[in-house]
Parts: sequence; structure tokens; C-alpha cells
Amino acid sequence: MASRPLTRLFDNDWIGPGLVCVIAIAAISAFQPSFLSPFNILVLLSAISVNMLIALGQLVIIAIGQMNLALGAFGGLVAICFAAVMELYGVPPILAVGIGLAIGTAAGLCSGWVIARTGISAFIITLAGLQIFKGINLGITKAQPFYGIPDSVKDFGNLAIIGPIAWLVLPMVIASLGMWVLFNRLRIGRYILAIGGNRNAAELSGIDVKGTIIWAHAISGLLAAAAGMMLVARLQIGQPTIGDDWLISSFAAPVIGGAALSGGHVSVAGTFFGVIIIAIITQALVVFAIDPFVVQIVLGGLILWAVGINRLRELRVARALT
Amino acid sequence: MSHTLSDKAPAADEPSAASGRASLAVRLLLSNEFGLAVLIVLAMAIFAASLPGFTTPFSLFTMGRQIGIDTMIGLAMMAVIVTGGLDLSVGAIGVCAAMVFGYLAQSAGLPIIAAVPLAILFGSGLGFINGFAVVRSGVHSFIITLASMSIFFGVMIFLSKANSFNGLPPQVAEFGKLKFFRSVSALLLISAVTCICLGLFYQFTTLGRRMLAAGANVRAAELSGIRTGRIIIACHMLTGGLAALAGLMVTARTGAAVPSMAGQLGQDWLLPAFLAPVLGGTLLSGGRVSVTGTLLGAAFVNVITSGLLLMRVGEFWILACLGLMLLAAVLADRARQQVLRARGMI
Repeated sequence: MASRPLTRLFDNDWIGPGLVCVIAIAAISAFQPSFLSPFNILVLLSAISVNMLIALGQLVIIAIGQMNLALGAFGGLVAICFAAVMELYGVPPILAVGIGLAIGTAAGLCSGWVIARTGISAFIITLAGLQIFKGINLGITKAQPFYGIPDSVKDFGNLAIIGPIAWLVLPMVIASLGMWVLFNRLRIGRYILAIGGNRNAAELSGIDVKGTIIWAHAISGLLAAAAGMMLVARLQIGQPTIGDDWLISSFAAPVIGGAALSGGHVSVAGTFFGVIIIAIITQALVVFAIDPFVVQIVLGGLILWAVGINRLRELRVARALT
Repeated sequence: MSHTLSDKAPAADEPSAASGRASLAVRLLLSNEFGLAVLIVLAMAIFAASLPGFTTPFSLFTMGRQIGIDTMIGLAMMAVIVTGGLDLSVGAIGVCAAMVFGYLAQSAGLPIIAAVPLAILFGSGLGFINGFAVVRSGVHSFIITLASMSIFFGVMIFLSKANSFNGLPPQVAEFGKLKFFRSVSALLLISAVTCICLGLFYQFTTLGRRMLAAGANVRAAELSGIRTGRIIIACHMLTGGLAALAGLMVTARTGAAVPSMAGQLGQDWLLPAFLAPVLGGTLLSGGRVSVTGTLLGAAFVNVITSGLLLMRVGEFWILACLGLMLLAAVLADRARQQVLRARGMI
């Protein structure tokens, strides 16, 4: 009986990635004490915050058993719209944030509506969405960034609330708690997981499958929009290239966190540790002056490793059940 | 004079045709390939009449060259869509193979005739890795190739230090400029020949047939004694080889092997890779391919693109147009299937 709580603890999705995080932080700070300096933690937390929102944006779509290739395109379009309304029309930042979130949600609603309505694979619809939204983005900006970002926005992206806790952590905490509540306490979250687990069964038990799919994509668009605007605040310019490199990391973090790609099983806490692992590895490569291109190889390797671990666990569960 | 004869012949034939033949004709008229061909002819006619620069030999040559490359990229993706899977790493494989070719032909000093097959073999090798990982892990090819795209491209950039091979033998660039009848690119001919070979392959060889069978219904194929695992690996190897060929064609067009020729991680190839087969009527769920359709799909996309470019529509808006076109293509395909189903033709 004594080992029971321990096994249960180890059955959690987040415990593996969590342990890896702790070990990695300990190892790197042993080699490089400046790794745990307040400034470095501030930088790390800012990066983690943005990447967590990106990962959550993909997580909600993975939960329903689909994928969203257009996530980065949503984020990029919202980022430049956010910067554009502030620079060109002098819209106050608070209102601009509202506009940005509305655009992201609308984009998500559109792609969700097309997917739910036609039943065509989300892959191909979001691939088309990626090109459409990226094309609109570049068509508006002519690939030129917007520079006129108000100081309050810049400060939000670069200052700390207290100690090494960046302001950017605030939206991350809200979004993470929100998603946790969504998946664990709200009906819509349950529906999303049910559809991801078994669409037919969900439909037969009276769940509004199409409506839920549309909602999931709208949430994904909302989170991508928030991440895009956080990047504008952090970079201090409205870059049209924001979102171009989200694809790999948006899948890597949830998969490392134990999400099943077939849908129906996700972990917000696991995803959080997945994001931290990616951030630590990226930082460590910089700290040890390793070729930045190696990051790509490591990220790809991490996905494969995580997929392998998840697979092994599935097999173990299957064996335990028989 | 002959055109009156040929005009009348089918008209006289049709009423007397048996009902089976009539439905065959309806099928042909409803097929993706026919619809695309009509659209291409229409678009060509409209652009040729309204845009003076459209039909110059040079414009046709550059258009044909791009059609050739896009067709090859589309065929590479088609070869793996057959199994109901997909390969996000086509671009990465294409660039890697082009860089290997650059290394062999420039640094190692191999003759081109030896370097080309080696580069294509290398591409198949990368495809084998994908296929092996997909079959062994049982994970969907999306996530495996997402990871391998990152790994292949990362290793390539790491080894090449992001430098391109500029000192290739001059024959490479000459081949890219080679034209027949003043306007037909040699690259287009290569793709046309590849299309014919692939068409024969899927129609007449055991392996090709088995690929289609495994894609249409894995369980049924397995029950009838096909080792689907090996077939899926073979599909990925075919994809790798074709992607490598596409990479070599881009190298011939540029005259150099450039690491960034397919964009970040090779992602720029994803749209042409899916656009051509999907427009051409290849089913994303697997089991049905259209080699001719892929060629026509690539042709249609490029006719529209060069027309829009000549109309001075900004390059960036064309990107959005292509995305809309992909959306329209899948929606039209869905509508067509519903019509066919309602008439009991499938």
C-alpha cells in the first residue's frame, strides 16, 4: 500500500518532464552559475511565457484529435494588426489588445467552421489557412515591420513585476489556469476530450461535435493572438515574420508533456514542463556557445524521444489491462 | 479541313453509344483531370488575350520550368499520400539531396552522371528513415516527419555551415537553361517523363498496385497477404527519391545548391507539394492517385500565378490566392464526390 501513491505519482504525465527539468537546471547551473542569475531567469521566463501560449494554442487542437498548421499565421497576422492599429490610428494599447484577440478568435472561428462544416481534414484546411493569413499579413505589411510601438507595451514585454518575474508571466498564468479549468472543470473541455478520444461515441452520446470543433479552433486562435501580441511587446516591433517558426515547438511541447496526438488525452502541466525543457535546451546551447542550428536537430530529436516514451507507456498500460 | 471531320465524328457516335459508354463519358467529363484541363485552357486563353507578355517564348519557358519543378514536388508528396500518410519533410529531403549533390559534384569532384543517382539514392535513404520510423513506431507520419524535417534540415545546415555550393560544373546551369522549340524547358520534360513512368508503375507493376491497395484499406491488404509495413516504407523511399529529384531540378534552375532554396526547414515546398496532387484529385485518405492530375494541377497553379504576376498583383497577395485555391480545390472535390454519390456513380 505504501508504494501506491508513489506509483500513482509516476503515472502522471508531468512527472517525467518535471524531473528532466529539475535535473537539467541543476546540471547546467553547476557548470554555469550565471544560468540562475536573476536577469537570465527573467529572460527565460519571458521566453517560456510566450512559448507556453503557443503550445496551449496547439494543445487544444491536439486534444480534439486534429492539428493547426495555421497557428503561426494567426499569431503573425494579429501581431502586425496589433502594431498597425497602434501606430497608424493611435488606438490605445488596451483597445488594441481587444482588437487583436478578436481578430485571432475570428480567424480560429473561420477555420474551425470550415473544418466542422465540410469534414475535410484539418491538416489541409489549416495548410490553406496558413497561406491565406500569411499572404494577408505580407500583403498588408509588404514584409516591412511596424516600429511605432507605445512605451507601455514595450515595458510590458521587457520589465519585471517583482524580482525576476516578468510581466509576460501574467498572461501565461491566466491562460494556463484557464486551460486547466477548461479541460478539468468545464463541459466544453470534457466535450473536446471526448471527441478527441472517440468521435463516434461522442456524437452518439449527444455531444454537439461540430460546435465543439469550432469552439476549440476559436480558443486556439485566441491563444495564438495573445502569443503574437506578447511577442510584439517583447521584440518592441511588429515583425511580419512573427509566427514563422512556431510550428515545430508548438507540437514539441505538448508531445513532450505526454499529449496523445490521436486526441483525447492532454496535460496542461506536462505541456508547461515541455515548454521549460525546450527553453532550457535552447538557452543551454547559447550558454555553451553551440551552433544555434543544433537547436533544430535537438527539437526534432526531442519530439521523437517523447513520442517513443508515450508509445512505451501506452504499451505498458495495454499490457497491464490484459 | 480535318477539323470538321474530327468535329463530326464524336457527334455522330455519341447517340448510338451504349449506356455504359455514356456513363464513361460522363465520368470523364466529371473527372478532375478534365475539369483542370478546361480551366487551364480557359485561363491561358484569357491571359493570352489580355496580357501581351504572357505568350512570349521566354515567359512560356519560365512557366514550364516552374511547372516541371512543382510537378515533381507534388509527385513526391503524392507518392506518400497514397498510403493515407503525408511527409512534411519533402522540402528538407530535397534540399539535403541537392546539398549532397553539390558536395559530390563540387568538392568531391565526381562526374555529374555519378553524382545525380547518388543524390537521388540519398534522398530515398532519408525517405527510408521516415518510413521505417513510421512503421516501427506506429505513430502517424505527420509527427514523425515533423521531427525528421527539423532533424534533416538541422544536420544539413550544421554540416554545410549554411554555405551554398556555387562552383558546380557549368553543365548543371546549362541544363536548367536548356530549351526545346524555344519555349519548352528540359525540366518540364523530365517531369513529364517521370509522370509517364509513375503512371505505368501504379498501373502495371505489382509494387505499385500493392501501394494503392495498402492505401485504400490496410486491413484488407494485410489479409490478402501484402506486407503493408514494407509497402509503406517503399512509398516513403519513393517520396524521398522524387523529392531529391525536385531538389536537383531547383539546383539546375539556380545553378547552385543553396541551403535556403526551400525556405526555413524546407517549409516553402509544403504548399506546392499538397496543392498539385489535391487539385489533381489525389485522395488525402489514400488509395487513389492521379499522376496526370498532379501535372495538370501544377500547371494550373503556375498559369494563374504567372498571369497574376503579369497583372502586377503583389507577390504576397498571390500567396493568399494560392491558399484560397487550395481551399476551393478541396471544397470542389467534396462537392464533386457528393454529386457522384447522389447519382450512384461511386
